[in-house]
Amino acid sequence: MTNWIEIARLEEIPRLGSRVLKTDTMDIAVFRTNDDEIFALKDSCPHKGGPLSQGIVHDHAVTCPLHNWKIDLRTGEVLGPDEGCVHHYAAKVEDGVVSIRLREEATAL
Amino acid sequence: MQKQKLVLIGNGMAGIRTVEELLKLEPEAYEVTVFGSEPYPNYNRIMLSPVLAGEKTVDDIVLNSYEWYAENGITLHTGDPVIEIDRVTRRVRTAKGEQVGYDRLLLATGSYPFIIPVPGSDLEGVIGFRDIDDVETMLESAKTYQKAVVIGGGLLGLEAANGLLKNGMDVTVVHLLDTLMERQLDKPAAALLQANLEERGLKFMMEAQTAAITGQDRVQGVKFADGSEVEADLVVMAVGIRPNIELAQSAGIYCERGIVVNDTLQTYDPSIYAVGECVQHRGQCYGLVAPLFEQAKVCANHLAKLGFGRYEGSVTSTKLKVTGIDLFSAGEFNEGDEDETLVLQDPAQGVYKKLVIHDNRIKGAVMYGDTLDGTWYFQMLRDGTDISGFRSTILFGQHDLGDAGHGDERILSLDDSAEVCGCNGVSKGEIVDCIVKKGLFTLDEVRAHTKASASCGSCTGLVETLLASTVGEGYSAAPSKKPLCTCTEHSHDDVIASIRDQELKSMPAVREAMEWKTPDGCASCRPALNYYLLAAWPGEYEDDAQSRFINERAHGNIQKDGTYSVVPRMFGGLVKPDELRAIADVADKFDVPEVKVTGGQRVDLFGVKKEDLPAMWADLNAAGMVSGHAYGKALRTVKTCVGKSWCRFGTQDSTGLGVKLEELTWGSWMPHKFKMAVSGCPRNCAEATIKDFGVVCVDSGYELHIGGNGGIKVRVTDLLTKVETEDEVLEYSGAFVQLYREEAHYLERTAPWVERVGLNYVKDRMADEHGRQALFERFKFSQQFAQHDPWQERAEGAQAHEFTPLKIVG
Repeated sequence: MTNWIEIARLEEIPRLGSRVLKTDTMDIAVFRTNDDEIFALKDSCPHKGGPLSQGIVHDHAVTCPLHNWKIDLRTGEVLGPDEGCVHHYAAKVEDGVVSIRLREEATAL
Repeated sequence: MQKQKLVLIGNGMAGIRTVEELLKLEPEAYEVTVFGSEPYPNYNRIMLSPVLAGEKTVDDIVLNSYEWYAENGITLHTGDPVIEIDRVTRRVRTAKGEQVGYDRLLLATGSYPFIIPVPGSDLEGVIGFRDIDDVETMLESAKTYQKAVVIGGGLLGLEAANGLLKNGMDVTVVHLLDTLMERQLDKPAAALLQANLEERGLKFMMEAQTAAITGQDRVQGVKFADGSEVEADLVVMAVGIRPNIELAQSAGIYCERGIVVNDTLQTYDPSIYAVGECVQHRGQCYGLVAPLFEQAKVCANHLAKLGFGRYEGSVTSTKLKVTGIDLFSAGEFNEGDEDETLVLQDPAQGVYKKLVIHDNRIKGAVMYGDTLDGTWYFQMLRDGTDISGFRSTILFGQHDLGDAGHGDERILSLDDSAEVCGCNGVSKGEIVDCIVKKGLFTLDEVRAHTKASASCGSCTGLVETLLASTVGEGYSAAPSKKPLCTCTEHSHDDVIASIRDQELKSMPAVREAMEWKTPDGCASCRPALNYYLLAAWPGEYEDDAQSRFINERAHGNIQKDGTYSVVPRMFGGLVKPDELRAIADVADKFDVPEVKVTGGQRVDLFGVKKEDLPAMWADLNAAGMVSGHAYGKALRTVKTCVGKSWCRFGTQDSTGLGVKLEELTWGSWMPHKFKMAVSGCPRNCAEATIKDFGVVCVDSGYELHIGGNGGIKVRVTDLLTKVETEDEVLEYSGAFVQLYREEAHYLERTAPWVERVGLNYVKDRMADEHGRQALFERFKFSQQFAQHDPWQERAEGAQAHEFTPLKIVG
């Protein structure tokens, strides 16, 4: 079952920036790139749990504010030479409205 | 689009490094074919000595496995040398008859050992020391034969001799001159080295000219010009290398001693490039690996058709890879008539250090016994650093300049478990392991893989020392012109100058004009560019919040749990009861878990939730308090003592002056954090002599001190000047701050900046009255736009998205 949830209008998220989405169980970082794509990751760096939403966004990656790990926004994979992965969620923009999809197993995290 | 074809002749370090650099820049540009004459993938040739000495195996020194070639779609032909280049049809042909066409050809044929053309030099048992085959021949010989003669007392010869000795052979080193390693060492250092090697059991025949090698089928001895003779079952010729240019010559490519290339590593045939030991560049052939890597980087840039980057020659340094012998040499170590020398000699400890100085700049260095500071001297040599400020202590090493952190450890003698990087908890063993296993050569690579020295940087020298000792001369010291980040080839100074001279006023304009390789930069260059633009164009450039580190974007320090800390400004450290009450009230109202007095005489509220920040700031604003910028690359605090208003020793009103200084400078953005202090007398209770700008009041006026640092590396300030009035203090402080703001590199504190540009430079700029006043005027102009309280703006609703989370509705 798909459950797309509307969370914001596109302009509410700054370009090359992000917003935090608070859910009951955790925080999700929602990023907007310079080309207006939207990505969503669990707001916790696989290294030491740093809030990725507070990092600097560049191209399709974010650099964690605590120890400069770089994470690919599209996959949640840590970019080399560090290794690791953070959960990512499907996100889309339609008619200027941003939605993300929280799957069952994701919400159970 | 059809890919172009790149053929690389020579499967060695220089050629493969060029391919690696090319893959980083343009992974899809070429279909790459590599031909190598040896039956191995690319291995680390400079590590042959440790293999011979039994400290490493052949597998240990392979840099690129066969899988690496496959993964990168590179066709590799080993054991099949190219014997013909047809430049008309652009094809190469191998010994086995393989033919491959090319669009671009890269020659990296290296060099071969020079075999002295004396009778008998073709006998069995006479070899060079160049490749894995030679090492295997030596190891085999050591099993059955006893006596080895190494001809050549240079770097390579001594490493070969040491290796053979370790394999149980009786080794004699024959050298034409009267000192060993004459190209790297002066006589005293060479004498120490020879004595040490003799103690280990090596024999030497100095000033001996080889006349013939004797024997029937296999070598039996070596005969000298003076008629004397030694027995030998194995002769290793290590008298030098010759660029391997036969193939290029036979194809009609212009060669002299080596294949002649221009600053882009292009040969006289525009579709053919050459790198490595086979190359002659500006009349110079190189036999060490660091220059080859610099060439590789430039060559790859041109193969990738980016078209910038020039190779302008290299200054090289040398280390001898003989375990237990520390030896370092760089630049011109024999002084000329115009030069001066600084020498430290301690025969009992076996330590010898010599620096050749010209015009207060290092021209050359020779070190024996204690080489810990070799990389430091070498860096200053390449940078042309003015050493006049610390000439008298320079021979005692970098730690003597006041590194209270880790600097004085003798890193090489430490256990593998010793912690080198205190910030990231990285041990010596982990670093060395990583360097060896991943084949790392540069400080940046070690930082990327291990995180060692990637945080505060205080252990950088130690990591460089480990790197240099692990990979020998393969270590590529940081280039003297360092790119700002991996997005660009341009240095900080280039960027600062272009922003000013080409009137670049936005980040996209800078990235376009300076050919950035990434669309919107990275977490390193964006904050730097944002700062440079802000400093260059006050009032015109609009600050970009998304290019600021989170601390400056959220106007608080992010803590490890994602909460923030809040520090209200208290000018000069003065605070009113109402303000203290307001601080207490917000601490209660927002459940602040911890309140602490900081080192800079302010109050810090810890553990504040991001969402609460604007409301808390509004309450503090209401009590008349503004942001303390405790989170920013900005003016932090002006620390003061009580001065003559209360203290019986006070000579001036230090508190009042501190308030004025803070009122003048608060709100200004800087390359890095900036701290000030005013002490009311030379007892210096405000610790003004470890601040970026410190004032020490005396009875007759004010001493101004600059470039101090109490952090990672304690550095006491240098005295700038002495002035008589408070107005002069303010003018000097503003002018100094502005000079730092305009000319230092982003994230460079005043201490390293003053050391880099030289105290005399700063003094001259400050002594020039017109220049100083102009700097002060520019500072005051930029302050008009900077002195707005960021807390108030946000408390009133600016950047609200930063502080409000999104919520799932329904």
